[in-house]
Amino acid sequence: MTILQIDFFYFLEKLLLIGGVITFSLVIAMYTTYAERKVAAVLQDRLGPNRAGPFGLLQPLADGLKLFFKEEIIPLTSNKLLFVIGPALAMITAMLTSAVIPWGSTVNMFGRNVSLQIADVNIGILYVFGVVSLGVYGIMIGGWSSNNKFSLIAAVRGASQIISYELAMGLSLIALLMMTGSLSLKTIVEQQMSGGWGGFLGWNVLYQPLGFLIFLICVFAECNRTPFDLPEAENELNFGYHQEYSSMKLGFYLFAEYINMFISSAIVSTLFFGGYDIPFVNETTLAHTLGGNVVALLGVAALLAKIVFFLFFFMWVRWTIPRFRYDQLMDLGWKKLIPLALANMLITAIVILWLNK
Amino acid sequence: MASLTNRSKVLEQTPLNLMERLYLPSIFKGMAITFSHIFKKKATISYPEEQRPFSPVFRGLHVLNRDEEGRENCTACGLCAVACPAEAITMEAAERQKSEEHLYREEKYAAKYEINMLRCIFCGLCEEACPKDAIYLSETFAPSNFTRQGFIYSKEQLLIPDPNTEKEKYQVAKGLREVHKKNK
Repeated sequence: MTILQIDFFYFLEKLLLIGGVITFSLVIAMYTTYAERKVAAVLQDRLGPNRAGPFGLLQPLADGLKLFFKEEIIPLTSNKLLFVIGPALAMITAMLTSAVIPWGSTVNMFGRNVSLQIADVNIGILYVFGVVSLGVYGIMIGGWSSNNKFSLIAAVRGASQIISYELAMGLSLIALLMMTGSLSLKTIVEQQMSGGWGGFLGWNVLYQPLGFLIFLICVFAECNRTPFDLPEAENELNFGYHQEYSSMKLGFYLFAEYINMFISSAIVSTLFFGGYDIPFVNETTLAHTLGGNVVALLGVAALLAKIVFFLFFFMWVRWTIPRFRYDQLMDLGWKKLIPLALANMLITAIVILWLNK
Repeated sequence: MASLTNRSKVLEQTPLNLMERLYLPSIFKGMAITFSHIFKKKATISYPEEQRPFSPVFRGLHVLNRDEEGRENCTACGLCAVACPAEAITMEAAERQKSEEHLYREEKYAAKYEINMLRCIFCGLCEEACPKDAIYLSETFAPSNFTRQGFIYSKEQLLIPDPNTEKEKYQVAKGLREVHKKNK
C-alpha cells in the first residue's frame, strides 16, 4: 500500500517493531530487578524473593505497583520543571539506544522481508555514543534540580565519571572499527557471521580481547554499576542523585538503569560476540533445512542468551567487588584505560597495515 | 626502635608485582568464590513453612500445668514470684471449697495468676522454683499484641487445656516436653 510515495506497511512494520522492542526492554528490565535480587541472594547463601507468586516471579509486579501507589513528592525548593524532566530524560535516552541494535536477521512475513532492526543507520555505533552521552543529562538535571547536596555531589560524580570513561570506551572501539571498516551494527554482525566455524572464528572478541576488556570496564562505569557505582553510593551519599525522588519518578530512574544494563549487554554482544550469530552453526545451510524464519528466531534467541549472560555477569561482578574510591576511579579511567586503549589502537593499526602490505 | 616484648610481628611489605597490580587475577579469584556459593547450602529457611528444631532447653512462654485428671497443680505458694528476678509474676491465693476438688489438686489454689510478658526475661527460674511442677516454659514464642495491657497474661491464657475434655489441644500445648524429659 503506497500513498503519497510512502509505503505504509513499512511504517506499520516499524511501529510494531518499536512497540515490541520497548515492551520487551521494559519486561526484561523488570525481571532484571528480580534477577538481581535473586542472584545477590544466591551468591550470599540466601533464598531471595520467593513470596509473591511461584518462586517470587510476581515480585517485580508488586514492586512496580508499590511505586505507582506511592505519594509523589516534589520538594518545595526544587526546580519543578527540571525535576520532572530529569527522570523522563533518563528513561528516553535509555530506550533510544535500542533503535540501532540488530535484534535478528530478516523474517519473512506476509510476503514481506521484515528486518528485525528498527533502523539500520550507517553511523550506528556513533549514534549509540551520542545518545549515551545525553544520558548524563538525566543524572545531572535530576541531581541538580533536587536542590540537595548529596544529590548534587552524586550528579557531579556521575557526570564526570561518564564523561571520563566515554573517552576510553570510544578509543577502545576505534581499534575495532579499524577492523570492520563500518559503523553500522548490522554490517559488523554480518562480518562476524562470515567467519569460520559457523561464525565463531569471526567474533571480534577473538581479535580484540584487550579492546573488549577496556570496553567492558567502561560499560560498567557508564551504567553506574559496581565497582563504579559512585553516583549512587548508598553508604556515602544516602541514595545518590535520585535521593529526593519518590513514586514512579524514582521508578523511572531505577528502570532506566536496568534498561541501560540490558542495552549495554546487547551492544557488547553485538560488537564482540557476533550479535545474533549462532556459534558453530552455518546459518545459510540451516535456513535451507529449517526455513529462514526459524533460523532468524533462533538468532534472536542466541542474542538473548548472550545478553542474559552479560546481565548475569553484571550482577555477578556487583556482588563480588567492592566500590572504587573516587580518585582510584579517575586514576583507572585516565591513567590506565586511555593509554591502554591508545596502545591497542596503535597495535591494531600496525597489524592491519602489515597484513595489507 | 627496639621492641619491648619481642612479640610484635614484623610485616614484610613488598611493593605489588605486575600480576597483583593488574587486579584482574584476584578479581577472577573472587568471582570464582562467589560463583561457588551458588551451589552451597542456603543459610535461610522459608520460615512459616519450615521451622528450625528447638533445643531441649528452649524457654518460651509459660504454661500452668494440670495433672492427669485435669486439676490445676498450682497451690499459689508464691515461690515462683519470689524466684522471679524481673518481678513479672503476681498471684492471689484462695482456699479450695468442698465442691471444687475436681478443679484443684491441693487445698489452696491461685485465684489470680498473672505474668507480665514484657517484664519477663524468660530465665526459667520460676520453673526451677516450683515444687509442684505447676509452671514450665513451653516452646511457644514471639507473642504479638497491639497494647501493653495485652502482654499481661491472665491465668486463663496461661493454663494448659484440660487433658480430659480437650485432649488434642492438651497434647499440642504439651509439645515435646515429655520427650525431652525422657531424654534427660
